[in-house]
Formats: sequence, structure tokens, C-alpha cells
Amino acid sequence: MNTSAVDWAAVKADFPVLQRIIDDQRLVYLDSANTSQKPHAVIDAMAEFMRNGYSPISRSAYQLAAEATDLFEAARAKIQKFINAPHVEEIIFTKNATEALNLIAQTWGRENLHSGDIVVLTHMEHHANIVPWQMLAAEHNLEIRWIPLTIDGQLDLTNLSSLLAGAKVLSFTAMSNVLGTLTPVAQLCQAAHAAGAIAIVDACQYVPHNVTDVQAWDADFAWFSSHKMLGPSGVGVLWGRRELLHAMPPFLGGGNMIGDVRLDGFTCAELPSKFEAGTPAIVEVIGLGAAVDYLGEIGMSNIRQHEMNLTDYALRALDDRFGTDICIHGPRDIAVRGAVLSFAFRGIHPHDLSQVLDQKNVCIRAGHHCAKPLMKLLGANATARASFYLYNDESDADALADALDSASDIFGL
Amino acid sequence: MPGLEDLYREIILDHYRTPRNRGELETPPAHMAEGHNPLCGDEITIYAQVENGVLSDIKVSGQGCSISQSSASMMSQAVKGKSLAEVQALVHRFKVMMSIAEDAEDAPVVEVKLGDLEALQGVVKFPVRIKCAVLSWNTLLQALQEASD
Repeated sequence: MNTSAVDWAAVKADFPVLQRIIDDQRLVYLDSANTSQKPHAVIDAMAEFMRNGYSPISRSAYQLAAEATDLFEAARAKIQKFINAPHVEEIIFTKNATEALNLIAQTWGRENLHSGDIVVLTHMEHHANIVPWQMLAAEHNLEIRWIPLTIDGQLDLTNLSSLLAGAKVLSFTAMSNVLGTLTPVAQLCQAAHAAGAIAIVDACQYVPHNVTDVQAWDADFAWFSSHKMLGPSGVGVLWGRRELLHAMPPFLGGGNMIGDVRLDGFTCAELPSKFEAGTPAIVEVIGLGAAVDYLGEIGMSNIRQHEMNLTDYALRALDDRFGTDICIHGPRDIAVRGAVLSFAFRGIHPHDLSQVLDQKNVCIRAGHHCAKPLMKLLGANATARASFYLYNDESDADALADALDSASDIFGL
Repeated sequence: MPGLEDLYREIILDHYRTPRNRGELETPPAHMAEGHNPLCGDEITIYAQVENGVLSDIKVSGQGCSISQSSASMMSQAVKGKSLAEVQALVHRFKVMMSIAEDAEDAPVVEVKLGDLEALQGVVKFPVRIKCAVLSWNTLLQALQEASD
């Protein structure tokens, strides 16, 4: 199926919130890098489960519980297939993506990183891939090194091997949530391994928009969130190589994660339960499973192609209309960028810009995007960011450009 | 949806384009405090000089949106030369206008007028922007706290 075979108007119609009219204007949702909207298929799967199937999982003998367990575990298998993970028990459900990286830092990190060890990050990381390492570094006296950026917002890999020399960890994003930059994940994993480091991939912005193959990457860990890929909030996914997960100490203690508990101690459950203490987000995981089905039916390569076309259109439309009045950060080559456009516009502060755009029901993000070190490099406290997904189309890019024009009027520019 | 004319009043845009009392003061004798809005990244630095119980001079630096910058600019005009009791009363009046303080009986009794600052009352209709308007005021309180320590 090529993208022209997908009825994108029908896709858009699958998202009820996008049909909303506020003050006689349609909703133009351009904040999917923050969180995505939900299709009927996800909403219905969750409602149906709560209405007719709700039950605990993994621990009760009655039929209702068996059905619920099947649905829950089916979602795990869908995720495994979706990212081409070798083994289903390597898929760990967490509270959110942030918790997934914290899990790695607090278990693998505490076990394997000691005073003087080196963790390599990049200048385009989200705070979720910075602060957990800084917390660990403060406690264990680790050194953090940073891969710098080129002028067009790609990773500058000139000194990669010297940065990686002696490192134990390379932890990096597959796609920047600010610049939209796609990083050379397989190359970075290979370089990390050559240096004797493990490779951890922040796949939050990548998995929702691209064909993901953790084996082709040859990564050691990857982590992402449900809510950015049409699923509900409340679930994150950690994938890790089985032998690493086996060797790691548990994260949270409690029910479900134990093999046995005695007065003098406990043993851990097998994977994946070992890392899933307590009652999980049952309804949400089932919703995520429905989201994976939905994305799979459309096809991730079709979605990527659609977003490339749309990014190309939006870049041209904004450039043609505003020329040097708009400064769009990140690479211009759509082969190495996703559908995320962070920009500065005519000196209007991003907060004011998003406020004015809101009058036209155009939803964009304004702020530092949880990437303050990167903001400092860009020389800004904040940027405006428009991000596109499968339900956006060229009319949404046009609406953005029209709304930007009206902002100029208000500020007299 | 409330109209933008409630938010972007001409006097606000004027203070945004031409901020008053921009700059720095030497510390000491002035006291300095930095305020951050962790949600949006806005930063503001307030320099306050206190002499004989009077806020004799104030300067503002930093970056932010039109609301945070104009609020800081108008605040600097309103508090400069006022006694500390009047400044505290003004801060209270402003926070009451922003709906984040109660106009309680134990509020400062000093009579103060908000003047131009009344232009910012439209901000209340845009709740996410209240923190923008209040940032400089809380930072001023921090600077005055420094001065009294």
C-alpha cells in the first residue's frame, strides 16, 4: 500500500476531537509531539473493556480475569511486533516514558556505574534523558559528556570516538522533540558498542511516526510513551535486551514483581513481571494495544511518508509566506527530520504567539519543551513549536500560516 | 473564548515595546533576585535598592512574553520611591486583582492605587497567563526579603 492508497480524510474523521467546533472554527491540532489525539478505535476499546470486561489480571481464576489477562498480554505482544523486539518478555510497561529511563538509571545504572564512569548524552536531549543521569552522577560521582550539535541542528559526530572513549553508556534520542532531527541510531549504537558502552535510545518521538526495528538498531534499551502514539496517557514502554533485564536488580518492590516472599527476604518474578510492581494501568495498556492495531493497519511507512510530504509542504508554505521573518530551527532536509517545526517569528514571544493562535483554534506549544540545555544553544528561552501527525493535512499548515499573519497585526509588526 | 483585546491592551503593548527601568544596579548596595517560570522558561532579574525604608531604585532585566515583561515594567514604575509598606500593599492589591490572593481583613491597610496596572486585569480571563503577570512581583518580594535579611 502506498500513501496515496490511504484515505487521509477518513483517518482524520476517525478522531472525534478533531471534529470539534469552538467559536465557529474547527480545531487545528498541531501539538502531537507533546501528546497525540485518540481515534475511536482506542476510545472504544477502553470503554468496551471497562463496560463489559473489566477485571484484575494475572492473579484470578475466573473467566473474566482470564479474558482481561489475555487482552493485556496481547497488547504486550503487539508492542513486541511493532518495534521488532526479539522476545515478548522484554516489553516492560511503566507509568510513563520518563519512568522507563529512571528505571534503567536506577537499576542497571546503580548496578553497573561506579565512581569516575562516563555517561555520554547529546545536546538535544529531553530533560527525561538528562536529569535521571544527573541524579545518578551526583550520587555515584559519574562524568557526563555531551555530543554537540552542528549549525543545522544535527548531531556533530566529528569527535564521537573520543567522546565515547572509556564510556559505559551512550543515551540519546532517535528524534529531537524540539528540532525534529532524526539521529543515525544504528550508527550510534554501533559506535557505543565499539567503545564498550551500552546504547539506550529515547524513542518517544520516533516510534509514533516511523517503522521501528530495535534489532536493526542493535540497541540495548529503548523507551517510549503510549500517549504520543494515539494511546492513552498513563503507560510508558521500556524495551531492553533480555540478558540485561535478567541481570538487573528490581526497580519498585511490591505485588506482582515477586517470586516468593518470606520473613527474611524475597525473590523476584520472571520477566516482565519483575519490573511491573503493583496493579498496572490495565485499561490503558489495552488502549495502547488498540492504538498499535490502528497504526499497523495504516502502516508506519505510509505515516512516515505522509508526514514527510506534510513537513515539506509546511516548510515551503511558511518560507514562501514569511521569508526571513520566520526562523525554523533544525535540518532542512526532510530525510533527516520528522514533522516537528520549532520556530521564532518576527520577534513575537512564543507565549504571545500561541495565545493569538489559540484565537484561531490553532494549538501549538510554546515553551522550552523540557529541553533547556538545547534552548540555551538556540539562544532562546522558548520557541513556538508546531508538530504534525497522521491526522493533519495541508489545510492545517495553511491555518497555521494564516494565524501567524494575524499575530503580526496584533503586535503591530 | 475571551477576546484578545482584553489581554493585549495598548498600554501593555507599549510597556512591552518600551520597557521602563530596564538594566541592573550594583550589588551591593542593591539587592538582587532571579525569578524563573519553569513551565515556559521566562526569566526575570530584579534589582532593588532600599534606603531608609524606601524602595529608592529598581531595575529589571531578563526575557519573557509581553505579559511578564509589561507587568515588570509597570510594577517598576509603580513601586519606585514607595515605602516598603506601600510596596507590600501594592503587591497584595496586585495579587488580589490576579485572583491569587484574598482581599482579607488582615491585608495591609496602606492606601495604594494600581493606576496603569489596572490594564492587566484582563489577564485573569486567561488563567495560564496569570503566572506570567505575577512572576516579577514574586521576584521583587524575594529581592526585598534579601534586603531585610
